[in-house]
Amino acid sequence: MAFGFWQSTLGKKIVMGVTGLIMIGYLCAHLLGNMKIFFGPGEFNAYGHWLRVMGAPVLHHEWGLWIARIVLLAAVILHAVSAYQLSRRDIKARPQKYVHTKPRMSYATRTMRWGGVILGLFIVWHILDLTTGTTHSGGFQEGHPYQNVVDTFSTWYGNVIYIVAMLAMGMHVRHGFWSAAQTLGAGNHTRDRALKAIANALAIVLTAGFISIPVGVMTGVVS
Amino acid sequence: MKLTLRVWRQKNPDTPGAMATYELDGVSQDMSFLEMLDVLNEELIVKGEEPVAFDHDCREGICGACSLVINGDAHGPERTTTCQLHMRSFRDGDTIDIEPWRASAFPVIKDLVVDRSAFDRVIQAGGFITAPTGSAPEAHATPVPKADADYAFEHAECIGCGACVAACPNGAAMLFTSAKVNHLNVLPQGSPERETRVLDMVAQMDAEGFGGCTLAGECATACPKGIPLFSITAMNKEWLRASRKVKR
Repeated sequence: MAFGFWQSTLGKKIVMGVTGLIMIGYLCAHLLGNMKIFFGPGEFNAYGHWLRVMGAPVLHHEWGLWIARIVLLAAVILHAVSAYQLSRRDIKARPQKYVHTKPRMSYATRTMRWGGVILGLFIVWHILDLTTGTTHSGGFQEGHPYQNVVDTFSTWYGNVIYIVAMLAMGMHVRHGFWSAAQTLGAGNHTRDRALKAIANALAIVLTAGFISIPVGVMTGVVS
Repeated sequence: MKLTLRVWRQKNPDTPGAMATYELDGVSQDMSFLEMLDVLNEELIVKGEEPVAFDHDCREGICGACSLVINGDAHGPERTTTCQLHMRSFRDGDTIDIEPWRASAFPVIKDLVVDRSAFDRVIQAGGFITAPTGSAPEAHATPVPKADADYAFEHAECIGCGACVAACPNGAAMLFTSAKVNHLNVLPQGSPERETRVLDMVAQMDAEGFGGCTLAGECATACPKGIPLFSITAMNKEWLRASRKVKR
């Protein structure tokens, strides 16, 4: 049955929906944590330290963090593999395009595929920039996340990459959340307005929330 | 009305086709779209050219045979079947693009005619009930709640024309399959095969090479019978329930 589930287009869509919702849940938690940056380096760095001792004393040092990382990595991979396989199938199902074409779907719907690729590349850059420090602009300081964030958003390209990616994320979440609800069978006529409102609210709050950080650095609120 | 028609011409499934341009004069606004094509074909026959092949049958909007993509819209600009579309929806001097349904599961047979037998195979996979129906049963023997009867009827309206597939950016048959699944799964007569029906029909839909759903909503916009997009949601729910229940 597990094999048949993955073979079906519906099964793959369900995998995409569930992993997408896991990632939206993570984004909400990530945003809440990040908001501590507006309360000074002491509070933000203490939060960064807590992430490593999360779940203590049950969990060993950094175990909580690694569990979260493994779950997220699995979610990203399953989401991307399903999207790739489904997209290839979709393209094959319409080998001959219409001569007369007109743009119809909403921008968010049309950009799901390339928007997803942009988000995947962003995640790689984001980790290399602020987790490992490999591509960090200033001198990356382990254990000083506040300073590292300020350094990243003190460069023009750091701001551009981040803000573009967050706009792409907002649109992806807007169509993705509502679609996940349909894929998992939760939508209907009566619930639709509420589901669309939640999708829009999630998209706006996540996008505005994350973009407030580089804006904070640019305007000197965070320095 | 004077029109410029750009029509997809293709000799047979193996020969590549192309758009051909025809000028057509003396079209009445009261003609249906298919009558306008009949006029074109009469002119072509007089000129000794091959008439344009297109599917049609009842011309009453109930059989689902007609299948044209008109100016990029399945069944054209009005929410109805091509046969119920009238030339009053166009203006004098318009250029109209006429193409066949485009999907790898619906190969072109000739000109604007496509092979939709993939739909028949999806139906064969489970779009029926196995109870003997024979003569009309006693009406009160099987009570059906009014809401369920309405829901079943809403989905039974599907005429299997394939506009959903033609309109879908992924060439998906989700709306068609969901209409058939929901129609029978909600009724007591359809309940013995409730799980196998949705699993088998979705498996056949995939096997035919239709694309997947990205919730673009184009299918429900194109559907001449108004099958709602939430039919797909309901089928997803049925499929999820069935795949948990049935061990194969």
